[in-house]
Amino acid sequence: MDRQLSEIFIHTENLAFSYKDEEGKIESPALRGISVDIREGEYVAVLGHNGSGKSTFAKLLNLILEPTEGRLVVDGFDLTDHELTDEEVLALRRKVGMVFQNPDNQLVATIVEEDVAFGPENLGVPMPELRERVDRAIETVGMTEYAQHEPHRLSGGQKQRVAIAGVIAMLPKCIIFDESTAMLDPGGRREVLDTIRMLNREQGITVLNITHYMDEAALADRVIVINDGELLMDGTPDEVFAQRDKLQSVGLEVPQCAELVHSLRESGFAIEGEALSTVEGCEEMLFSAIEKIVG
Amino acid sequence: MKGVSFGQYYPSDSILHKLDPRTKVIMAVFYIVCTFVCKSAAGFLALTLSALALVFISRIPLRTILRSIRPLLFIIAFTSLMNIFFTQGERRLTPESWVISIYVEGLWSALFMTLRIMILIVGTSLFLTYTTTPIALTDALENLLGPLKKIRVPVHDFAMMMTIALRFIPTLSDETEKIMNAQKARGSDLSSGSLLKKAKALVPILIPLFVSAINRAFELAAAMECRCYHGGEGRTRLKVLRYRTRDWVAMLTILVFFAGIFALRYVPWLYIMG
Repeated sequence: MDRQLSEIFIHTENLAFSYKDEEGKIESPALRGISVDIREGEYVAVLGHNGSGKSTFAKLLNLILEPTEGRLVVDGFDLTDHELTDEEVLALRRKVGMVFQNPDNQLVATIVEEDVAFGPENLGVPMPELRERVDRAIETVGMTEYAQHEPHRLSGGQKQRVAIAGVIAMLPKCIIFDESTAMLDPGGRREVLDTIRMLNREQGITVLNITHYMDEAALADRVIVINDGELLMDGTPDEVFAQRDKLQSVGLEVPQCAELVHSLRESGFAIEGEALSTVEGCEEMLFSAIEKIVG
Repeated sequence: MKGVSFGQYYPSDSILHKLDPRTKVIMAVFYIVCTFVCKSAAGFLALTLSALALVFISRIPLRTILRSIRPLLFIIAFTSLMNIFFTQGERRLTPESWVISIYVEGLWSALFMTLRIMILIVGTSLFLTYTTTPIALTDALENLLGPLKKIRVPVHDFAMMMTIALRFIPTLSDETEKIMNAQKARGSDLSSGSLLKKAKALVPILIPLFVSAINRAFELAAAMECRCYHGGEGRTRLKVLRYRTRDWVAMLTILVFFAGIFALRYVPWLYIMG
């Protein structure tokens, strides 16, 4: 499938959110006004340390939390200019799916395929189509042989793939992953990241991956860094990782290979190039620099 | 506690397992009524034979089933003794001079009560717990109680709560074990001391368990909202329950059986309960 980056899918203008205490008084704001455009088919990583507001940002996008200020437009539909009806909220949540951190706390049914069916069942998808959607979603995440299993007997990565299948069975345009790999072992993370990449590349689904892992951010087309409720950086992984000091000042580390290039440059080695986000890119930059020195 | 099996479901592919869960609920109800309607020796003979036939059809080992009766042996023994010693009748067995009076009628009613309790347990567990998964049972009850929705009984909500409870039993039992190990690692002693001391030792396990269960509930609620859950209205189902020929045959059989047991009330063979 050709990837089209023309249509803007999510548009936010000074989007802000504050938690309220029990008396309805506003506590310190979690998000202080974020303006960003996300295009259809983009793979965006949202970075930030704990408490930076990145998860709050994600929860605003499908109205699990209601923005206190600012404008939010999803798929050409303004969600902040009027009181939304229940149908409008449901339509939004069908378009923008979400996968959470803890795989155990988002599976509802006791059989894998019934859990995957949960979303489309809620949407009232009628029978032959429901079956097709469920089977296709399970196949997409490679869990066909586990369709009749009980979720609690699966590994963390497998459970998370079931959760993803549950979202794609609703045929969303965009999926938000809210630290979906944080509780997984390296193998499970790999499984989930491969699935995310495949959904973006092959199905054209817009992906927002909320994470604090730098190596996951490196896989995205674009990285947004949120700090203290504000947008700090926005660019390709290469551009963001070039600003090591700025990242460090907000408690984030660049990937190890980028760190190596930065340190060498600081010690006076001339290394040309910007491909900081991949190991291969850094390797090539170092290689050509060494070649130059050796002559 | 991995692989903990809740309930007593015994996987097999017998005809009893394959029946629609609603059929089994209906049959269980009729079967229970049968045991209470039954008053004659002929009737109890028929009931006992039918229970044995059910065991045979279900292909569940008799030993497994008898094990489920064991916890109730005390109650069975108690009711039997009460019946033997306190039933008044006409044919006294013990000499008039004895204080203890035992009548033939007492022996019969003790036998009938024992059979009644045992058949009640075996029958219901064969129709329900042994051959039907808890989740299928929940679906069946939601479906059968569906008409109550018209008088605003939240049938769907109860069924959903039941489903979620069943889904989280293994998760929470794993968690309990983790917390217990964590507390043991800090030197808490769970297995010795008086009953009161043991009960007190449970507090540091129950509190973290409740906190975590409540947190899980919040997260699950958000996840369900994200997947467009908005109650039972307009929901379709992947697995739709459907009555097949075998279900109609089974229901007809239980009806005929019920009529038979009713008729046997009046067959004067050996004994009819007063």
